[in-house]
This record gives sequence, C-alpha cells and structure tokens, in this order.
Amino acid sequence: MFCKKFGRLAFGLLAESTYRCQSILKVSSDGRSVRSLCSWTVCLRHRHRNQLLHHTNVRTVSQTTLDPAEVRKFQAMASKWWDLHGEFAALHSMNDLRVPFIRDNLLNIHGVRHSGKLLTGLRILDVGCGGGVLSEPLGRMGADVFGIDPVEDSVRTAELHSSYDPDLRERVRYQACTLEELAEDEAEGFDAVVASEVVEHLADLDAFASCCQQVLKPGGSLFITTINKTSLSYVLGIVAAEQLLRIVPSGTHDWEKFISPEDLERLLESFGFYVEAIRGMMYNPLTGAWGWQQSTAINYALHAIKRKEEPQPDRVWAESESENLDEPHQARSYS
Amino acid sequence: YTFTKVKLAVVGIGRQCVARRTLNAARAVSRGFASSELEEESSTSENELYDIIISGGGMVGTAMACSLGLDPNLLEKKILLLEAGHKKVMDRVPETYSTRVSSISPGSATLLSGLGAWDHIVNMRCKPYNKMQVWDACSDALITFDKENLQDEMAYIVENDVIVASLTKQLQSLSDHVEVQYRTKVVKYTWPRPYHMAESIPWVQVTLANGKTLHTKLLIGADGPNSMVRREAGIPTVKWNYDQSAVVAVLHLSEPTENNVAWQRFLPTGPIAMLPLSDTASSLVWSTSHQHAEELLQLDEESFLDAINSAFWSNENHSELVETAGSVFRTALSVLMPDSGSARQLPPSVSGIGPKSRVMFPLGMGHATEYIRHRVVLIGDAAHRVHPLAGQGANLGFGDVAFLTQVLSQAAFNGKDLGAMQHLLEYETERQRHNLPMMAAIDLMKRLYSTNAAPMVLLRTFGLQATNMLPPLKEQIMAYASK
Repeated sequence: MFCKKFGRLAFGLLAESTYRCQSILKVSSDGRSVRSLCSWTVCLRHRHRNQLLHHTNVRTVSQTTLDPAEVRKFQAMASKWWDLHGEFAALHSMNDLRVPFIRDNLLNIHGVRHSGKLLTGLRILDVGCGGGVLSEPLGRMGADVFGIDPVEDSVRTAELHSSYDPDLRERVRYQACTLEELAEDEAEGFDAVVASEVVEHLADLDAFASCCQQVLKPGGSLFITTINKTSLSYVLGIVAAEQLLRIVPSGTHDWEKFISPEDLERLLESFGFYVEAIRGMMYNPLTGAWGWQQSTAINYALHAIKRKEEPQPDRVWAESESENLDEPHQARSYS
Repeated sequence: YTFTKVKLAVVGIGRQCVARRTLNAARAVSRGFASSELEEESSTSENELYDIIISGGGMVGTAMACSLGLDPNLLEKKILLLEAGHKKVMDRVPETYSTRVSSISPGSATLLSGLGAWDHIVNMRCKPYNKMQVWDACSDALITFDKENLQDEMAYIVENDVIVASLTKQLQSLSDHVEVQYRTKVVKYTWPRPYHMAESIPWVQVTLANGKTLHTKLLIGADGPNSMVRREAGIPTVKWNYDQSAVVAVLHLSEPTENNVAWQRFLPTGPIAMLPLSDTASSLVWSTSHQHAEELLQLDEESFLDAINSAFWSNENHSELVETAGSVFRTALSVLMPDSGSARQLPPSVSGIGPKSRVMFPLGMGHATEYIRHRVVLIGDAAHRVHPLAGQGANLGFGDVAFLTQVLSQAAFNGKDLGAMQHLLEYETERQRHNLPMMAAIDLMKRLYSTNAAPMVLLRTFGLQATNMLPPLKEQIMAYASK
C-alpha cells in the first residue's frame, strides 16, 4: 500500500509540482505537510500558473522527488510483503474481496473458457503490484499476469516468492518500471488492468487514466480499489487505522489524495471508460476480514470498461481555465 | 540557485543509500537463489512438486483422494496418494466375510455415492439395518432407535475391505491427475517455515523409504491413530488407552431371520454388539478387558458361542433394588406418556463362527488438539480416535473428507495457495465443533456403563428409560449421528 506513494515518481509529472511547491515553502522534514500541499488539485493550479515561466523544466528529472527518508522506510518493508501477520496483513485479507470481484467480472465478460484454470488466456496488468500479493492468485487462476512497480526491491521480493512454484513462474512476470514507460511499448495489449490501492498514492490521475486507456484492449476492464474522500474515511481510514489501531503504518495515506467514486467515475468517463460497477468495502479490525457493504464511504472497488470506439476526450477541468492554456495542457497529458 | 544544489546533493546521498541497500538486498536474494537452485538440483526436478499429497490409503485417505480428484475446481492440481500396503482389488467378493466392519451413516453414504463408490459397494456387499436396540445388563432399561415406519434404512453395515476396494476402483478412473503409489513408506517429513525468506524451500518435503524426496504444497495426514504426520509435526494429542480390547468375529446365526436390527448390550466389562451382515451372518464386536479378551480368544468354539449367547441373554447382573426401582420408574413414565416405550426383544442366537475369524485389537481415545499446521492437515483417525461403541469412527472421518474438499475447492476457486492457514483454520474450527461433542458423548457413555455400582446403574437406568420415552430427543440423537 504505502509503497505506492512512489507512484508519484512513476508518473513523473509530480516533479514539476513539488518543484513548484518547494520553491514556495521551505523543505520540511515533516513530509506530511509537503504532501498535503501537493494534492493534485493544488499542483494542477500551480502548474497552470507557472507553466509559462517554467515550461522548459516540465520534464525535470524524476529523482528530485525521491525522499531518502521515505525510501529508507519503504526498503525496510520490502521483505515483509509475505508476512501474513505483518504490516501487509490487511492487503492479504483484501484478496478475499478483490480476487472474486476481478474473477467474476472477467468471467461475465469473457465467459468460462476452461474449468479448473478459469482465467486462462487473459492478459492482466497489475499496476503497483508490490510483492505480488494480488498477482499470484490471478496467476493461479490461469491468467498471464504482468506486475509492475517502481520500487525494485518489491519486485525482487515478488519474483523470489513466485520462483518456487512452477505454475506461477510461467504465468506471472514482474518488472520494475513505471506505467508510462510500459504504455509506450504495450499499446492495447492487456485484457484487464488492476490498480488496487494505488490511486490514492498518485498525484496525477489524468496521466494514469490515459496510460490505462492506452494499454487496454478495446472492451478491456479496469479494476480499481481505493479510498473515498469523506470525513468518515478521514476518521476511520487515517485516524483510526493509522494512529489508533495501527492497521497500517502511520503516514501511509494522505487524505487529500483520496478520491470519491463520483470524481473517479467522471475522470474515467472523460478518458473513454464507462464505469460498470462500484461497490463499497469495509475492513473489520476485530476479525481482520474485509466485507462488501452498501456504502462507499470508506473503501470501494470500481470496475470500468474501455469503450470500443475512441471518444473525443472532454476535459471537465479545462472549462475553468483560460482558452490558450488548453492546448499545451492537453498535448502534455498525451505525450 | 543554491537551494537546488543542496537538494540535489541530499538526494544524491539518498540515492547512494538506496543503492547500497539494494545491493545488500540483491546479495541476499542471489544467495537465496543460489542455495535454492542447489537444493532444487540435488533433490528433485519440477515433476516432483505436487499440489496435494495424501499420506495413508485407508478408507478415509482413499475417499479423500477420490473426492479431490472429482472436484471441478481442482482439476488442474497434481494429487498423490501414498499407501504403505498393497493395492486392494476385489473383482469378486470373497465368500467369507471379513471381520472388520463399519457402520456407515446416511451422511457418509451420501458422500460415497457422490464419489461413485456406493454403487460398487452395493453391488459387492452391504447390509442396511432399520433398527437399533441398546440395553443394559444391570437393569431392564433399554432404548431403541428406528425411523418412523421401519421401512427406511437407518444405516449400513459394510466391511472395511469392500469400502476400500470400491474407492480404489473409482480412483482408477481418475488416474490422469490423481496418482497413487502403493508399497510406499515415508521415513521423514520436513516442514517449511511459515513465510519463507530467501534460503528455504517453502514446500513440505516428504522423504520416502526408497530415497526419493517429494515436495508438496499441502500434506494431508490420513495415516491412522498412530499418525506419523501428527507425531512429526509435533501436534500435541490428548489420548488415553481404555483398558479394553475389542474382540471381533463373524457369527453364523442358528436360523435365518430378517436380520435388520443392530444389537448392543452394555455389560459391566464393556459393550457387546451384534451387527447384521446378512440373513444368516452377523458381526461381533465385543469390547472387554484385555484379560477377558485374551481368554475369549483362547476358548474353543462352543464355549465361545456360549459366552456370547449368555452375554446377550442372561440377567445375572440384575439386582433386586435396581429391578424394583426400574419398574417403578417405567410405570410412572407410562402414566405420563402411555404410548411410548418398547418391549425388550432378544437378539438371535448364534451357532457358529466364521473360520479363523477371531481377532482382538486394543481400544483407546485420541484427539489431536490441532488438526492443522501450515501446509499440513489431519483427517480421520489421525485427528480423532473413538471407541467403537457408537459406530461413529468411520463416519467422523468421512465428514472430515467432505468438509475439507469443500474448503479446498473454494480456496482453489479463489486462486489461493492451498496450504495457506486461513482456509485450513475454517476446516479445523468446523470439524472440531462437530467432532468434540460426539467424542465427549461416546467417552461419557463408555465410562457411565463401565460400572455396576448401584447409584450409577440407577442413574443410567432412569436416563435411558426417559430418553426412550421421548421420540423428539431420539430423533435429535439419530440426526446428529447420521451426519
């Protein structure tokens, strides 16, 4: 989960925003205040204001976003992915919800081809795969899974864990790279993209949605699980989960980065998806188990399908900006 | 812009730290890879990694193999059954009956028919019975169990060999993904560490007597009451020996009769049971003290038959006090509930025994405190061993088979690692919830009926008579035992 905070550097576009923010504030060791100001709405605004001045620095080297403290904290965790009672316990138990969600929706679309290995023949991309917690069950069900994560240690852990099982060795591959790098090579290559607990760690969702749209076959599925941006999710997801109950380590999530299902749906629709299902999820800290629920107030899972024909992207956000900023802005998003 | 330079410098240091850590991690990982590759080369090839290995090919182990092999979600899994004995094939049923028989409840019969083995059993040899009479030697108290109209079968008596042979026949049709190795003995198990680091193989390693080592993602221990799997896994077991041995024999009845009642009488030394095998033959299971059991084996045929007949028929253990108290109680109960109660019937007399068919074996109780470990699960007698007085030992084992198959099937459907504790815990909880009350009841019965002290006799007399007069209670008991 919290390794995905380095999804920022995956998309490289936060570079300019943090650069901008840091030029305004002094760099503080309290990463939280920096991050909270670097919410994507704020960064977009900064970007638009300063874009004329710093246009040449758009592709600033991504390593300026590497925070040594964060990296160190994360490296220590990289080996703990497969400790079922450790920091990632909640992610392992989330498989009970997300694996059937993905499996059933894919089977509804593609039909049952093969009894025993139900997802045989489907290519799935797991974005922000971490230690392979979600990639392995999908691989066991017969799918060809490609897991990517910007943190190399996690990818090594994932490769090591799946190396013992000959079934998984053939089915599941990993690579330490960013989604943008992959999108250049694998246009329309995947039947499904899974981004579970990733979206709340990204700064630029537009780029993410655009890359997903590029790598998916027409009619392909996008599965996202993430956290809603409500006061309840702040109380339960941040205060209770991180500080009181320590379900996840403190500092994992930033409430500003959460996105509501309505906003996410709007965003995805503007990139040529139609959202087919949204379901609420809830973690019970007493039993350590997840369950589906009616309300999407805290966690939710979303299934979107890429439309078969290419629509005109219609940028809702651009309406509030001046006309002449639209074109260069769009061009950059699709580069 | 000095700020930028400072930042770049800090980041540079950070990247060096990252690089160093990555290098260390990579070294650890490559060491792990090297050692694991070595292990792989020296011990096994890929072909020797199984998804499930079942250790022990008795009734429960073979049923487990069949059940897993037939499940649609487990079709792609490699399953292996290891059995130390030889393959039991029965083309034609032998003339003589074998001495070891089991009472198969309707629930177990449903499982066996789902496996396709029940048809073979019925074609070979099986005896349904409609009624069971259980009575005391120290008083007149008795209890009878039967279904409403005496037409429905309550349970079935089947020889153990017939069950194993039928299941083996079914297994042959599954030979594409269920492999069986007979005459294979296991000498050593090596357990995996719960979450593996770079150095260790994460599977269970099974070392055979012929030197080969097999790896498996899940080991199912079905190797009987003295389970090696349970012992090697270090699972603590609550067990004690009853100071009793069971003498089993095949009896020939004096005259052919519609033999569809199971008889059991509780003597102070232990219960004696006669279970129908056919219209002319029944199976004897006489649990008694070790010494008495040996004496019985030494007796010549006539004396042995006399002993059996008198055990069922004589009233020498009745005392006046108990008789009076018992009849008073019975009158009182019949005032309250005039319709219930049954007359005591006597079992058929016996006039011969099958040739060379007297054997004895010791009895005990055993319960594994945990049925599961990481990548290991126990089923059947390896997990729980009971006294034969209730005829439940095999049925508890078949219940384990049914539920474990369901749990593993669901896990495979969700793409889970079959050896993961989460779903194995579900199996353990559910089966312990079912098995423990049954085992406690059987143990209680055994202790309750092991004495002829007056207070205990009175207590159990009243209890038995009262229960006999309450059809709803009897139905509950039968339902529980039929699962």
